[in-house]
Amino acid sequence: MIADIIAKLIRFICGASLRGETKVPDQAVYFSNHTSHLDALLIWASLPKQTRQLTRPVAARDYWTRFPWRRWLAQNVFNAILIDRDRVTRQDNPVRHFIDALKAGASLIIFPEGTRNSHNDVAPFKAGLFHLARACKSVPLVPLHLGNLNRILPRGEILPVPFLSTISFGSALQLERGEAKPAFLTRTRNSVINLAHS
Amino acid sequence: MNLVIDIQTIQLVTGTGILLILATVVGRIMPRFATSEGATATVANFQARTRSWWVMVAVFALAMATGGIGSIILFGLTSFFALREFITQTSTKAADHRSLFWAFFVITPLQYYLIYVQWYGLFALLIPVYAFLFIPVRMAIAGDCENFMERLAKIQWGIMLCVFCISHIPAILMLDLAGYEGQNAKLLFWLVLVVQISDVLQYVFGKTLGRHAIAPKVSPNKTWEGFWGGTLAATGIGAALWWVTPFTPLQAAGMAFIVNLLGFGGGLTMSAIKRDRGIKDFGNMIGGHGGMLDRLDSLCFAAPIFFHVTRFYFSN
Repeated sequence: MIADIIAKLIRFICGASLRGETKVPDQAVYFSNHTSHLDALLIWASLPKQTRQLTRPVAARDYWTRFPWRRWLAQNVFNAILIDRDRVTRQDNPVRHFIDALKAGASLIIFPEGTRNSHNDVAPFKAGLFHLARACKSVPLVPLHLGNLNRILPRGEILPVPFLSTISFGSALQLERGEAKPAFLTRTRNSVINLAHS
Repeated sequence: MNLVIDIQTIQLVTGTGILLILATVVGRIMPRFATSEGATATVANFQARTRSWWVMVAVFALAMATGGIGSIILFGLTSFFALREFITQTSTKAADHRSLFWAFFVITPLQYYLIYVQWYGLFALLIPVYAFLFIPVRMAIAGDCENFMERLAKIQWGIMLCVFCISHIPAILMLDLAGYEGQNAKLLFWLVLVVQISDVLQYVFGKTLGRHAIAPKVSPNKTWEGFWGGTLAATGIGAALWWVTPFTPLQAAGMAFIVNLLGFGGGLTMSAIKRDRGIKDFGNMIGGHGGMLDRLDSLCFAAPIFFHVTRFYFSN
């Protein structure tokens, strides 16, 4: 109920229009370009209600635990998997947590660029997506492209400014038999870039 | 702002309701005559537009029923969403973020607050003087010089169209008209009704009789036949409704003609912007119509001139 209202509110604030095939698989790994703290929220909010309840966004621990209300949202509404961004203090490999969540039946929202990108292009993908795809071969990978969210809440800004945004859904991919890591990462990255121009 | 709801207000709203019932009935009958694929699409769009009209009229009537404050909030939100659609189409940069924050969250609410407190002097100057000098300074402080003039001009014009111009619709409520005290809501209704009916009729005449495009490169659907048919018919309707305005029938006809001309100009200008940006609509908030700006384009241009002509000739 509360989650439903929050989802509607997020879509409204982001002025989001959904494009492409929004009928999504029961379980999936959603991956997209990353430009704003709103990204994971909008993807989560744009999924159908049933799917949304089982979908866990991957988010930065420091940002989402800074204030009690943020922590509450991350834990109770979005059911986020919080990860340490700082490699030095990080205890373990976050991909381990992703695989555990997938094995438990959840869907994931991840950003293979690894960090928010201030430019309009899509940065090269980190290897995490590949390891995830190899560990959970049966889970479809759904590419998404988010447009204009960086204008709503750019890197380093606290207050949002209203813009209309887009979220484009691509068709699901899978790791091909014998596909090498660089080829896979290039192919998945291109699937996101292609959605930007659709 | 003490507004009264008199018998004429109720007649206006009822009349509009009857028009919408007619449109709904026509929308139900039309599919029987639609044979081609294009005709079916036109009918579906007509039905979607009619459904949205019901919602818009209901919201508008409700806002009027609450007195001045409801209309001010309604058009304030309208400005906000229109500005969002407009700025989305401009090439602003990350450095403009805080200037835009001022535009959306300070300048826009302030402009409408000034209508609420009926401070005409500052209402008329806030945007063209204070905002238009403040925004460039704020942008210069942000420090990104690339395409500075272009970014600035687009933001300024967005504020002009979406906030300054649209705010002149509810500003009608603060006009002090001789022998018309407390009745300004009817004049507001009259303006919106005449301009919107002109839009609809220009579309209808254009679809049925349109041959000669006025500016084919901008909008092939806007024809001389549609323009004259719609403008003259809507001017006739505006004149026929003179009894809800402070005008004589002839004055009402003149006023209706002026706002219809401006409404056409607004529609054509917005079409040019959309064509340049390669988009069909500014948004999708209003089913069948497109975005807020797609519906408000004609009123944007009509409202400020209507406000000032009325103020100049009829105000105490």
